[in-house]
Amino acid sequence: MPDDSESTSADLKLPLLDQLEEGPWPSFVKDLKQQASRRPQVAQLLQQLEESYENRWDYWRGTVLNVSGYGGGVIARYSDLGEKYPDVAQFHTIRLIEPSAFVYNTESLRQLADASEEFGAGILQLHGMTGDILLLGFDNEKMFAAAEALMEQGWDIGGSGNGMRTIPCCVGPARCEMSCYDTLKLTSFLTKRFIGELHRPEFPYKYKFKLSGCANDCANAMTRSDMPVIGTWRDDIQVDEQAVADFVDRHGEEWVNENVTSRCPTRCIHLHGRKIEIDNHNCVRCMHCINVMHAALAPGNDRGVTLLIGGKRTVRSGEMVSTMLVPFMEMKTDADREALADLVERIWEFWGEHGHDHERVGEFIDRVGLGTFLDGVGIEPDPQMVLNPRSNPYIKFEEYTAPRLEGEPQKAANVLPREPEVTEIPFGGD
Amino acid sequence: MADQKKPLAPRDQGAPDYTRYLHPSMVRNYGKWKDHRDIRPGVFVHVSEDGDSLYTVRAGSPRMMSAPLLRKVCDIADRHCQGYLRFTSRNNIEFQVEQEEQIQPLIDDIEQTLGFPVGGTGRSVHNIIHTQGWLHCNLPGTDAAGVVKALMDRLYEEFTHENFPQRVKLSTSCCTINCGGQTDIAVNLQHHHPPRIDHDMINRCELPKVVGICPVLAVRPDRVNGHDTVEVVEEKCMYCGACHAQCPALEIRDGDTDTLSIWVGGKSANTRSGPSFMKLATWGLPNNPPRWPEVGEAVSAILNAYKGGAREFERVGEWIERIGWKNFFEQTGFKFTKYHIDTYRWSRTTLNASSHVRF
Repeated sequence: MPDDSESTSADLKLPLLDQLEEGPWPSFVKDLKQQASRRPQVAQLLQQLEESYENRWDYWRGTVLNVSGYGGGVIARYSDLGEKYPDVAQFHTIRLIEPSAFVYNTESLRQLADASEEFGAGILQLHGMTGDILLLGFDNEKMFAAAEALMEQGWDIGGSGNGMRTIPCCVGPARCEMSCYDTLKLTSFLTKRFIGELHRPEFPYKYKFKLSGCANDCANAMTRSDMPVIGTWRDDIQVDEQAVADFVDRHGEEWVNENVTSRCPTRCIHLHGRKIEIDNHNCVRCMHCINVMHAALAPGNDRGVTLLIGGKRTVRSGEMVSTMLVPFMEMKTDADREALADLVERIWEFWGEHGHDHERVGEFIDRVGLGTFLDGVGIEPDPQMVLNPRSNPYIKFEEYTAPRLEGEPQKAANVLPREPEVTEIPFGGD
Repeated sequence: MADQKKPLAPRDQGAPDYTRYLHPSMVRNYGKWKDHRDIRPGVFVHVSEDGDSLYTVRAGSPRMMSAPLLRKVCDIADRHCQGYLRFTSRNNIEFQVEQEEQIQPLIDDIEQTLGFPVGGTGRSVHNIIHTQGWLHCNLPGTDAAGVVKALMDRLYEEFTHENFPQRVKLSTSCCTINCGGQTDIAVNLQHHHPPRIDHDMINRCELPKVVGICPVLAVRPDRVNGHDTVEVVEEKCMYCGACHAQCPALEIRDGDTDTLSIWVGGKSANTRSGPSFMKLATWGLPNNPPRWPEVGEAVSAILNAYKGGAREFERVGEWIERIGWKNFFEQTGFKFTKYHIDTYRWSRTTLNASSHVRF
């Protein structure tokens, strides 16, 4: 039985994990073993992980732990092997709100490195799947101290539980010519505007924004967020005729037809000799031709965003991709951003009022129907919201279904105005 | 206790101001970028309307870093990049310089000081996005960081070169909740039994929530030994683990029987065909730490077939869409089974409702 408190990286016996030190890809095991000589809890973390590898079993217990005044931002972990590995008996993670587009200066990253070592295990993850900064390995007491110290330096925690998540966005106008709106600014605006929802979870379940400057969706918004905000434009694709001609000269007409025009999902782009012709009215702003011929083509100038809703990953109802909510919104001024925030509040109001526990907004829309949802949040139906109109006739037209008069006799005794509520469940008594 | 520090209160200050963290060239050329050019795998340049150039060198990181390693990353940004850097959605680190001749010394420093590979751009295998795994999650049936390390060791040359018809993105997930993203190829864990209920521990859970979270109404209220608890209807349960995430007393995992499956054809981008979900390619791979060789072989089989068969610009899902699933299974050697046929919601929309057949 090794004396865990005396463990150094040299003493660590990790026959399975050691095999992950080999190979060309950077090894987290090698890195953590070095850190184990500085922080004893990292040695015990690795020893517990080795047991997981050996037994194909997990030894972490999750629970709720909060910083005073906050409902989110801490992922509490207690080890099931706390007696054997007392240094990781409490081994919590702090989630910090990341800066827009994951940009940093070294001074700020050194602050994070220092705080993570001063108070915790000195392990950082950049970034979590939800876009946040993760600092690992704090016990109950140090967790509070670390959160306080980090907040003094201008960081803020948040983004867990049944609340809003921190918002990841693509690099946007900071370093990309494709970006149709300022993703960094909108990220920062929504974070500030909804900081309460980020810190104090009060929704049916989590709510994720992800922001991408164009349809290429570098923030993976479509399939991984409840509300993707995707940059787009309303006017024509900008064409540099000379650059198109140069491109065709370089690649040949056949290559351009094979790889650009024939890949257009609506066949709205055609090559005539060395000239490109685009039916912009039928272009769906998918970005393919612009991606391939980026020196010659560019998004139009009348730019804004397309707003979608309801994406999520597997748990409960299976995979869901976001679907169209608002085909176009201006997104240039604070008033534009405020208009988006107002719409978001109406959605949260309706979903918050009628959503079930642990029901993501996409699942909620599935249950009540998009038509009901649009009524609830005050958005007009738009043919761009569907692939096609319905093909079944089972419709309750409000225009034709007169409301029943009070006291009017039921046509048949078994027709009830609504399903009777289940009032008895066997909880709490025999 | 007058001099005691005021307790932490909600300050609601939000994220630090990103404008302080932008590279000076990003500040000068914000919104004025005109075009970009690929220089070599992992290196590209953006050119602005004013003629400025900003060269980016992308290095693959293991996502998890010790504080000393992160300081080394900072040292490099201080030495070469005026103290600025950024991360990507896929855990890469982007170092930026303004002169072409600064690129090679920067790459040398990254490779020597950090040992991080430069690549992961364009038509390469991009860095894997992944979940927390045994290292720090309370729900996983397998590890994440280890699976990624083992896979990326195998695919290292594919990260540092651009050998594919189009970019290839990978993800892993450690339980059926699937925190990993929709990607071209994904490694996900699969449970094979309904949850085992610990009737003594269940009193720490909110039972109505446990009942309510089950998507197929398999969890029902029950009483055992005079105490409120739940029962699980085995025929209804599809082993999704939603109840396990809600209540640890419903243990869905089984270290002896959980397996891994491989999924293909997911895509988030709206480019060309629009976003798509991943579909089951093969199942029943052993959860085999520390290197999961069977997973690596299956991923390689898919990559080889894709490399040989796809047209330029076709993502994995678009390639399969064109050649058909019959050809996909033939070319990868995976067996198509009745388990590949969907049985959950919208399953009918996944059937071939036409007379179209490939020979």
